[in-house]
Amino acid sequence: MSKVKKGVKLEHISKIYQDPKTGKDFYAVRDTSLTIEPGSFVTLLGPSGCGKTTTLRMIAGFESPDEGEIYLGDEAINALTPNKRDTAMVFQSYALLPHYNVFDNVAYGLKLRKVAKNEIQDRVMRILDLVELTGMEGRMTNQLSGGQQQRVALARALVIEPSVLLFDEPLSNLDAKLRVSMRTEIRRIQQEVGITAIYVTHDQSEAMALSDNIIIMNKGVVAQMGTPQEIYYHPNSEFVADFIGEANFLTGALEGLEGDRAVLNIEGNPTRVPAKADMKSGETYTVVLRPESAVLADQGGLPCKVILSCFMGSYQNYHVMVGNTLVKLTDYNPKNKRIYQVGESCHLVFDPESVHIL
Amino acid sequence: MAKSQSAMLDRKKLMADPIMVLTIVVLITFLTLFILYPLAILLVDSFYGGNGFTLATFQRIMAMPNFITAITNTLKVGFLVGILSTIVGLLFAYVEVYVRVGKAVGGLFKVVSMLPVVSPPFVLSLSMIMLFGKAGLITRFLLGIYDNNVYGFWGIVIVQTLTFFPVCYMMLKGLLKNIDPSLEEAARDMGASRSKVFLTVTMPLLLPGLGNAFLVTFIESIADFANPMIIGGSYDTLATTIYLQITGAYDKEGAAAMAVVLLSITLLMFAVQKYYLEAKTAATLTGKASRGRMLIEDRSVSIPLTILCALAAFFVIMMYACVPIGALFPTWGYKFTPLTFKWFGQVFTKYKGLRAFRDSFVLSLIAAPITALLSMIISYLVVKRRFKAKGFIEAVSMLAMAVPGTVLGVGYIRGFSGGVFHTGFLQGIYGSAAILIIVFVVRSLPTGTRSGISALRQIDKSIEESAYDMGADSFKVFMTVTLPLIKDSFLSGLVTAFVRSITAISAIILLVTPQFLLITVQINEFAEKGSYSIACAFATILIVITYGAVLLMNLFIKFFGTSRKIKEDSHV
Repeated sequence: MSKVKKGVKLEHISKIYQDPKTGKDFYAVRDTSLTIEPGSFVTLLGPSGCGKTTTLRMIAGFESPDEGEIYLGDEAINALTPNKRDTAMVFQSYALLPHYNVFDNVAYGLKLRKVAKNEIQDRVMRILDLVELTGMEGRMTNQLSGGQQQRVALARALVIEPSVLLFDEPLSNLDAKLRVSMRTEIRRIQQEVGITAIYVTHDQSEAMALSDNIIIMNKGVVAQMGTPQEIYYHPNSEFVADFIGEANFLTGALEGLEGDRAVLNIEGNPTRVPAKADMKSGETYTVVLRPESAVLADQGGLPCKVILSCFMGSYQNYHVMVGNTLVKLTDYNPKNKRIYQVGESCHLVFDPESVHIL
Repeated sequence: MAKSQSAMLDRKKLMADPIMVLTIVVLITFLTLFILYPLAILLVDSFYGGNGFTLATFQRIMAMPNFITAITNTLKVGFLVGILSTIVGLLFAYVEVYVRVGKAVGGLFKVVSMLPVVSPPFVLSLSMIMLFGKAGLITRFLLGIYDNNVYGFWGIVIVQTLTFFPVCYMMLKGLLKNIDPSLEEAARDMGASRSKVFLTVTMPLLLPGLGNAFLVTFIESIADFANPMIIGGSYDTLATTIYLQITGAYDKEGAAAMAVVLLSITLLMFAVQKYYLEAKTAATLTGKASRGRMLIEDRSVSIPLTILCALAAFFVIMMYACVPIGALFPTWGYKFTPLTFKWFGQVFTKYKGLRAFRDSFVLSLIAAPITALLSMIISYLVVKRRFKAKGFIEAVSMLAMAVPGTVLGVGYIRGFSGGVFHTGFLQGIYGSAAILIIVFVVRSLPTGTRSGISALRQIDKSIEESAYDMGADSFKVFMTVTLPLIKDSFLSGLVTAFVRSITAISAIILLVTPQFLLITVQINEFAEKGSYSIACAFATILIVITYGAVLLMNLFIKFFGTSRKIKEDSHV
């Protein structure tokens, strides 16, 4: 597409809603500032009620922010209505116009823009080709499968060549398998078109698979923003660690520092973990241990007791108690490995590099 | 927390949409001028006497013995009609939802629920008199009773019950269908008998709904003008008393004060029904039935219930059938053969029938599309948009539902005969066709709006949002998305408005001037005079017109309406 790519900037955005039950006002989004680079794919990820959809709808113009300003490129767009904004949204429920066929659905935005008839024909067919729906243009939308409807919705948003594409949990109505193939598809198309995309989801694997950057939101504020790797390996809070992937939390008081290692007393065992700046002796710290980052062994590491051992096919699932702390492990490719049974005592072993200190 | 910025931005966004702003302004003006203002003027009129605030008018009407009697009469009738209609409605609803019935009985039910919709309000009063009156076909010629008096309390109660119970039946049917059968099955499984299940599970769940049905019919009953007028005899209700006060005693202040009393009663009932019972009904019956219900096949239950319903249905149908048949007898009550079309002929030759039908038809035909469009616009604004005056628009259009036609009629007389606030402004519309059309619109607006709102609630909000997002403004969204999706509701609103207008009488009878001949007013006049045959002939033609309109609509919806598949699909 020939258009100049535009980024999106949110400056100190807040949105206040009234709780319908108590009548009290609360912040759905609070003092949020974001910069989304032109051409990047950014996901807003968080549990329900975290403010991600509200943020997206403010960018689209359906909601008006109570504080702050939204910029599309260099233009402040707060006072623009959705139909005047250069954004296009793909809805969770597809929101196709049920009285139009596929072609007319995709052509709707172009007709509103008074594009010449033969150009509409060209552009619609080109986009339908991109989303692999060629030959379907005469179908009514209710004759399509969920995945196909979603492609129509995507085509309809793409065909008007917006500066920014907005996705509101577009895959949550599809079944699991289709979800996986559609998200690859969405990523492929976004890369091909090179458009700026903002994607709302509560599904972390979707966020991981799609995004250049993930923004994790919680209770109306941004908890962390970064690449998928940064967020997975270096979460900045228990919330983020727990929300992205599975996480075990081990806590212990600092006994001392050994170069770039800190020694924490975890359940009575001095344990070496990566150090961070400004650590104080005697204070308690938490480390994040991913289930796949540790293994069970007959010796070394932290002594523990197996309370659940379960074969899952590609991995063996363990729950072990380290003192009073429950640790969940996934041991991949368990064939020909020693399997620990419930009640056995053993040791939890991990590389200090594979844990992250909060 | 300051929400001022979003309020300011929302206002700016609204202002960027001039068609929308204009529509809202026009709507607010219309609702204020033609619903709020006429009611307000009644209050002003009845409390303002020459030089300031006064209770004199109220003291005067309260001192009239016939007014006090009218109040108690109205309440007595309303109460009994409310109870009876609810019971009969429940019986029908229960049998339809719970009991396995034959196809023929099912068909009867459909006819019964349909008849009151297409027939003018006073048809049952006519047939009641013709079947059970002094010269009644059944009382006199079948049973040999020569002095049966149908006029008065029982006449009104029976006729109103027969007229209004289908409303209860339709309401309760919807509620019963929403009861999850597994609740009752669980109770049966625990050892409760069928009657025990009905009393301990079904009834408690249904109770708020029954209260709701009772109040709705109660309001309908006390607002009803036509039936008490024809069959009430000397038994006056509030609606007829107000009418007589204005047309007989020329006491406009007194009538205004009486109208305020009637309005207060209906508004109170309406408030209870709307804000208390409706919420409760929704709270107890939220779940959709998870699967089909095992219908009762037990003959000891199904046979008596079916017979009871079939008899009732048959009775109702006979009452309606009496009208066209009655128009065919040479002289009702004396000479039954040979059947003749002379009354139908006289409608057109002697009684200016053509003009009456033309006037009624044309006025209703103008009012119907205005009503349908207005109610769809109001529904769209109420369901899909957010703006400050939305609450006002919703409240006032719903308020109209609680206003009896007679009250509205008096309000229009007081409000417009001397112009707005007696200043002469808009005086021209009084006595003109415009005011009749406006009354038709206002009287049908609540029903249309209600059906529009429920149709729109079925449509996923994001469908309109997506069109908006694609670049359509409000007007485009409404025309290209909303209206096509609720085409069926629009069409049925169109026909309902037409039928309601052409059969309307209560408000219109106070406002019509001799230059317009309206069918309903004519029928009322003939019935009053005792010319039942000619009244029947008029009524029959009217029923044919309304039924024709309904048939036409169904055909139209079948061929041009939104197909069922699309409808099912649009509310995933």
